[in-house]
Amino acid sequence: MTAGLWEHWVLPGIWITIQLTLYSAALATVVAFGVGMARTHRLRTVRFFAGFYTEIFRGTSSLVLMFWIFFVLPQLAGWALVPMWAAVLALGLSYGAYGAEIVRGALNAVTPAQREAGVALSFTPWQRMRLILLPQAVPEMIPPFSNLLIELLKGTALVSLLGIGDVSFAAYLVRLATTESAEIYSITLVIYFVIAFLLTRGMRILERKAKAGIGQKPEPGVGIMRRLGLRQSTDELTHAVKQNGGVS
Amino acid sequence: MNNGTDKWDWGAVSDFMPHFWDGLLITLQVLALGSLISFGLGLVWALAFRAPTRFIRWPVGIVTEFIRNTPLLVQLFFLYFVLPEWDIQYSAMTTGTIAIGLHYSTYTAQVYRAGIEAVPVGQWEAAKALSLSYTRTWTAVILPQAIRRVIPALGNYVIAMLKDTPLLASIGVLELLQRSRLEAAQTFQYTEALTVVGVAFILIAYPSSLLLRALERRLVR
Repeated sequence: MTAGLWEHWVLPGIWITIQLTLYSAALATVVAFGVGMARTHRLRTVRFFAGFYTEIFRGTSSLVLMFWIFFVLPQLAGWALVPMWAAVLALGLSYGAYGAEIVRGALNAVTPAQREAGVALSFTPWQRMRLILLPQAVPEMIPPFSNLLIELLKGTALVSLLGIGDVSFAAYLVRLATTESAEIYSITLVIYFVIAFLLTRGMRILERKAKAGIGQKPEPGVGIMRRLGLRQSTDELTHAVKQNGGVS
Repeated sequence: MNNGTDKWDWGAVSDFMPHFWDGLLITLQVLALGSLISFGLGLVWALAFRAPTRFIRWPVGIVTEFIRNTPLLVQLFFLYFVLPEWDIQYSAMTTGTIAIGLHYSTYTAQVYRAGIEAVPVGQWEAAKALSLSYTRTWTAVILPQAIRRVIPALGNYVIAMLKDTPLLASIGVLELLQRSRLEAAQTFQYTEALTVVGVAFILIAYPSSLLLRALERRLVR
């Protein structure tokens, strides 16, 4: 592989992948907190619509959703998004739905007595959420969010099918240019692995800080995974949440 | 003929439906075979995590972590483009099924691991006290209890796998998404075929997840 291919395709591709991950993660976080908190709302209608949203977006395939936003939305709505933002929208909305389940699970996991204490002090619902529930729930959300972030990173590879020049797309072009697949695809896999590793490290630091704030220690990893510092022990839980909702 | 300005055309839907059923069949085939591969391989990984020697535990741990933290799409291309260079030829559908099964086996391995760890220590001790062999301990005591607990979690990964089968469209497997793309390319009507496919995924995934929740209440206590 020549330096030119690196400079023109692979390196910008890495940057696009990182940008996509960060923007979609930001959108997904907003959606996750909005919808997740709505699912604990006292009005049944609000809960219903939030639940409806999560079921729809968790039920559909994110690749199909991405194609839909690319090809169908412009025809139905009469306007089109820039490809990059369409991808961010698709990823943010679908991973936000998974995140909403994490938020809901963590909020429900706060001891009921805490909420009751808030009621006894005649806090408004919003004050209870902001001052009592969220500060205790957020540190619990970080490990499952960390795993979801890796899933999101893996999900960004899908945008290459729509012609956005991320790392996977660069790999495809390099393969066409060099007619040599093994090298570039191995490199691409390693690049994703390294990004995943760095993201997990970052989330780990965040978790340690957040848990220190409420006087807890972070959960240890398991076996070789602890040495690698990747997925955390709550993984099964995350995926239970991904599908089933609730950390019961 | 639709010129693209009309919002929705039921005629296009009924034209697409025969292709839809063909695509659904392929999707379900990939899903069934992929699930079998992931259940089988995942169990192998999970047993390897508990191997007596670290020369098995560590390599398996590293390989599964690597597979789990890299995108399925890139793995798919790797298998599809690189294996033929090494003179291993499979059809696109076989490659796709293997890729999806391999990818999800690293998830099911973690599920099995959690299930095995949840078996009480007393069960191991009882097996030892009865001087059951290594194989008997696993097949007659540990696994039956572990697997019962993890069936709903495995089912969740089947649903997740279902939602990843459209990735196979990228290597030309004629599953649901690819059928809708071909239909759209022929008729220039993207709206109907893609929407039908999107709705189909929700209609399969949501009832399945309800079913699994019911199963979970029965099996896991």
